Amino acid sequence: MERKLMKGNEALAEAAIRAGCKCFFGYPITPQTEISAYLSKRMPKVGGVFLQAESEVSAINMVYGCASSGIRCMTSSSSPGISLKSEGVSYIAGADLPCVIINVMRGGPGLGGIQPSQADYWQATKALGHGDFQLLVFAPSSVQEMADTVTKAFDLADTYRMPALILADGLLGQMMEPVAFDDAEIKFKDASDKPWASCGHENKRTHNIANSLYLKPDELEARIVERFKRYDEIKAKHTEAECYKTDDAELIITAYGSVARIAKAAVDAARAQGLKVGLFRPITLWPFPEKEIKAACENAKNVLCVEMSMGQMIEDVKLALECKKNVEFFGRTGGIVPKPAEILEQIKAIMERS
Amino acid sequence: MNEKAIVITGHYGSGKTNIAVNLAVEYAAAGEKVCIIDLDIVNPYFRTADFGDVFKDKGIYLVAPQYANTNLDIPSLGLDMGALLHGHDRVIVDVGGDDAGAIALGQYATILKNFGYDMLYVVNSFRYLTGTPEETLELLRDIELVSSLKATAVVNNSNIGADTTPQDVQGSLEYAKAVADLAGIPLLFTAAKRELDIPDTKPVDMYVRPYWLE
Repeated sequence: MERKLMKGNEALAEAAIRAGCKCFFGYPITPQTEISAYLSKRMPKVGGVFLQAESEVSAINMVYGCASSGIRCMTSSSSPGISLKSEGVSYIAGADLPCVIINVMRGGPGLGGIQPSQADYWQATKALGHGDFQLLVFAPSSVQEMADTVTKAFDLADTYRMPALILADGLLGQMMEPVAFDDAEIKFKDASDKPWASCGHENKRTHNIANSLYLKPDELEARIVERFKRYDEIKAKHTEAECYKTDDAELIITAYGSVARIAKAAVDAARAQGLKVGLFRPITLWPFPEKEIKAACENAKNVLCVEMSMGQMIEDVKLALECKKNVEFFGRTGGIVPKPAEILEQIKAIMERS
Repeated sequence: MNEKAIVITGHYGSGKTNIAVNLAVEYAAAGEKVCIIDLDIVNPYFRTADFGDVFKDKGIYLVAPQYANTNLDIPSLGLDMGALLHGHDRVIVDVGGDDAGAIALGQYATILKNFGYDMLYVVNSFRYLTGTPEETLELLRDIELVSSLKATAVVNNSNIGADTTPQDVQGSLEYAKAVADLAGIPLLFTAAKRELDIPDTKPVDMYVRPYWLE
């Protein structure tokens, strides 16, 4: 395996090609434009399609069309652009189609700023569009993990016929780290092997229709109930989390994405001062790793949720812990990245209080 | 380098900014009056302008576009290159990555030609699109085309971030020489992190580094 030095955005793009993504539809926005720039150069060389749409709304609807045909496809944007895509995402979920969407978060609301943020957690996990649906949501924490997550996202999206979202942030998108790609060919189903795909059938079967319109309530309810059965299976089988020094920890930090990296440095600094501190990092944000966090925090006295927002994941943390633990919060927002020393201060203050 | 203006170009992530900061610090330490221009209008993060404190300490004059961390999300360049060249012993120009970043350089081509310039092409064999000497040359030609300037030397900055080993650097020498030969210009130096202490390389300090290490 050859190692390359890559930006997170470039690693996502290269990984998509290796995962069999044949079509990319995008529209530039900082801090994720390198995904488009990379794919505009690479896609034509591998016989794929790169298309810069006239807007985010167009791009997501192109994904809708492409996903209907069973071809692996992707779009990417940053926070304000993801809001624009939300109508299309709801339609894709309503038509039960797989695709991969990347959000490299920046400060919000509105146009916000161009520096890193995690303030789209609620949007990603609760309501990226109207109606009864969920997305698979992954939160990688390094450039290597970003690359590895893309394959997983495409595979699970295909298996469960639903959109998968990779929730990164500007820091992860822009930073450079070594990445190794597995040279082994990634195996996945062709469009023609997907019984639901509208990809041409030479009159050998009845035709498939990609649609999210069901005017009869009993039909619509049945489709939603069937969809939620798939969600139950995902919740049972596909939660993921990382525990770092949690075994004997009296205080456990919960953080995801780039903030988990910073929190890890704070955990090491606390340990160096003899404080028993650990880190719980959700890797899947939906489904939230409930049983994993419960097990990790069983013997801890305090939990400190650290986010680059005013506090969004903290609600899932409290719910998963059934409000049995003291859960505190520390966050920076608006594009400010918390420093390990700031987190260490919070750790000390909480431990002194209790 | 003999010329007053030193223009630093290369692929995104080749390490241009770290080379630019090191050169500025080196010339200032030698007693020169140094100006560093952040001409990157492409990259929103990890920019020369992030090291304002380093420059202030060493008496280096920093000129940065109104862009990242200002209220403009479209960069604007209002600098007077002629006045900066007249007023300093050395002017280091840190250009944005690839041909996309080098477009901004083109408007200063005439004045740089009049004053005389060195243009360094920073290369990193561990980056995509510049993994082979041929690809690396192709990118240089694109940069030269849009900037209307010619590279005068190659700087080998091959590294794979914090994990870089002496073997990684030594293994890149052949590649760097091949790039220089293909381009028909000299290989000025191979840069390596000071702590690696590799013979025949120029030791550089790491100014651009992840801040969760702090």
